[in-house]
Amino acid sequence: MNMKTMITRLGTFLLIASWCTAVQAAGGATPPPKLDWSFKGPFGVFDRAQLKRGWQVYNEVCSGCHSINQIYYRHLEQIGYSSEEVKKLAAEAEIPAGPNEDGETHEDGEVIVRAGKPFDKIKMPFQNDAAARAANNGALPPDLSLTTKAHPAGVDYISAVLTGYKDPPSGYKMNEGMYYNAFYAGKQIAMPNPLSDDAVEYVDGTKASAQQMAVDVSAFLAWAAEPEMEDRKRLGIKIILFLIVLTSLLYALKRRIWSDVH
Amino acid sequence: MTAPTWKNPLVKWVDTRLPIFTFMHHDLIDYPTPKNLNYMWNFGSLLGIILVIMIATGIFLSFNYTAHVDLAFDSVERIMRDVNHGWLIRYLHMNGASMFFLVVYIHIFRGLYYGSYKAPRELLWIIGVAILLVMMATAFDGYVLPWGQMSFWGATVITNLFSVIPFVGDKIVIWLWGGFAVDNPTLNRFFSLHYLLPFVIFGLVFLHIWALHTAKSNNPLGIDIKGDQDTIPFHPYYTIKDSFGFGVFLIIYLGITLFTPNLLGHPDNYIRANPLVTPAEIVPEWYFLPFYAILRAVPDNFIDIFGLLPVIIDAKTSGVVLMFASILILCLLPWLDRSKVRSAKFRPIYRQLFWIFLADCLVLGWVGAKPAEGTMLIIGRVATFWYFFHLLILVPLVSKYEKTRDLPESINASVLSKRTEIQVPAE
Ligand code: HEC
Ligand code: HEM
Repeated sequence: MNMKTMITRLGTFLLIASWCTAVQAAGGATPPPKLDWSFKGPFGVFDRAQLKRGWQVYNEVCSGCHSINQIYYRHLEQIGYSSEEVKKLAAEAEIPAGPNEDGETHEDGEVIVRAGKPFDKIKMPFQNDAAARAANNGALPPDLSLTTKAHPAGVDYISAVLTGYKDPPSGYKMNEGMYYNAFYAGKQIAMPNPLSDDAVEYVDGTKASAQQMAVDVSAFLAWAAEPEMEDRKRLGIKIILFLIVLTSLLYALKRRIWSDVH
Repeated sequence: MTAPTWKNPLVKWVDTRLPIFTFMHHDLIDYPTPKNLNYMWNFGSLLGIILVIMIATGIFLSFNYTAHVDLAFDSVERIMRDVNHGWLIRYLHMNGASMFFLVVYIHIFRGLYYGSYKAPRELLWIIGVAILLVMMATAFDGYVLPWGQMSFWGATVITNLFSVIPFVGDKIVIWLWGGFAVDNPTLNRFFSLHYLLPFVIFGLVFLHIWALHTAKSNNPLGIDIKGDQDTIPFHPYYTIKDSFGFGVFLIIYLGITLFTPNLLGHPDNYIRANPLVTPAEIVPEWYFLPFYAILRAVPDNFIDIFGLLPVIIDAKTSGVVLMFASILILCLLPWLDRSKVRSAKFRPIYRQLFWIFLADCLVLGWVGAKPAEGTMLIIGRVATFWYFFHLLILVPLVSKYEKTRDLPESINASVLSKRTEIQVPAE
């Protein structure tokens, strides 16, 4: 059997297998629509203005319930804020100051706080999971640092969930304190619809429709999950081009060296 | 092939006391290699290079990794975000493991097609199976380290398998865990083993190559080397051919690593391990899927169906036994296959069976990714049955009754006749 037949046979098999898998995958929860993100594809980059808007939505809406523990204020320089702006943004947050000279972390039952600094983690809304559950009807709002990587449909899924709230079909049995959302597994989510038109007032003047905010904050979360993405793709393009040249040269050399074998 | 004479006095001084340079010269430069090897023979040296890549990236990861249940997940994220080029090292290691298995599977199927497991290469083949087993243990340990949901639940499912060992199973599982569940002691020992086992692989690879250079390489015709006219020195012919192959490999490996690094991983592993929340589905890494399918294929009433075995073995036990048997059975292949002809090129029936067997393994992998229920379970059972039926029944039968084609007289003769075939129309 020669190489060609081998490859065609394998190819046919894989084609059939992938078709079967595709047929299998259809059905179940509504698949999120694929949106056109600026950072898709090998040449895609983040849209800095969008990331800043996304940060604004996170900061003003989501941060009431969700932490984003892998991100520090200093990281915000990567999405286009100057170091001065980052200092200001950080200072708006009140961060637990840790023990004072007397070794106390609380005063009159309140946590002692200080203004945030760029080296601080983005402020967490709750001290721990138990407190987060207590404030959310027993449900835990997950940390948002890695959400786009933690779901098969990635960033498309986040924006779909944020805009997927609907009235349940008539006769649909809803559980206490749950909201109907076609894109969420099980269709009942404990998060109340967080976005309504003009929930924030964008600094850059963009009209803050719910759809716009959903897309912006999703892009921000995609950056938060993969802040290295642009560096990675840039390196990739350079390396792959280099390797194609190198490998072609190696092939030519191979042909030459082998030309005397018979 | 004579021992080289060394000009450099230091090299000479060392070499007369410890002939390491002569040894390397023999095995990396002079090594007489059949001149008709096709590109299927590229994957062996490729595996050696990948092992080195895995060890190198692994050591850099371990500089910054913390094996503690409260810190492991964040330490990996710190590598991804704050360590200089940490994301690159981590993604290279993560995808390197996938590439390692992809290449080793091609390498194994190459052996199956060309009969490379037959005399005098039985031991070489068995050492290869041992390498596969240790690779699996290493990758399984490594996958636990980032302490995501799949890390934790994968570790729980797989370590639990040892509970089927008669009488002492439960004790062994507790001993493996270092406690009463997968927890901090488990993570610690998994890290320790994950650092150790690649060096065990390194040692096994050394034996593998020693055995290879004693028996010499097989070739697409599967016939023995008859003399010098059949071979060419490894360097420069195969060093350049392997370098070209390595270039192609790097394009694929780095293409995946840099453009779609999480393609082969499971999204759930970006969720911190949580012993209180079971993921919707627990799926191993893709390279374990065929074995996972075999593990889950056994029906509960296995005994009722066959009604032969004197002891009652439950579904889980027989699943575990079958899974380990599916790999260990490969060690017996040199004796299951009695045909004197090695290459499937000259074995018309075995050749068809080979392709069916390959398809069967792919089907097992596909089934392994799906929940074990309904049609999937049935397909999984049929495929599992075929896996063993092929190796235990068909291979011995066919090797006995198959009428093989005539073998060419020598490697050299075959290469020469091919040359003229190609040249005639050109003239
Ligand atoms: C009132 C509190 C609250 C606010 C505000 C809020 N969330 Fe949530 N969110 C939750 C809770 C609670 C859950 C857990 C839902 C569940 O388990 O059913 C959740 C779940 C999620 C999920 C996980 C879905 C999944 O499949 O796991 C995402 C993504 C999410 N929220 C994003 C956001 C974003 C983005 C914002 C800001 C626009 C936001 N949330 C604002 C409470 C909140
Ligand atoms: C046979 C070679 C090896 C294989 C197949 C292998 C496989 C793996 C796998 C599959 C992971 C999980 C990757 C992920 O999903 O994050 C991993 C992680 C890890 N490995 Fe290895 N590995 C090998 C060698 C080594 C060596 C030699 C070291 C150390 C000296 C090492 C150190 C680590 C560390 C620290 C991690 C955790 C960080 C992470 O998860 O990315 N590995 N390995």
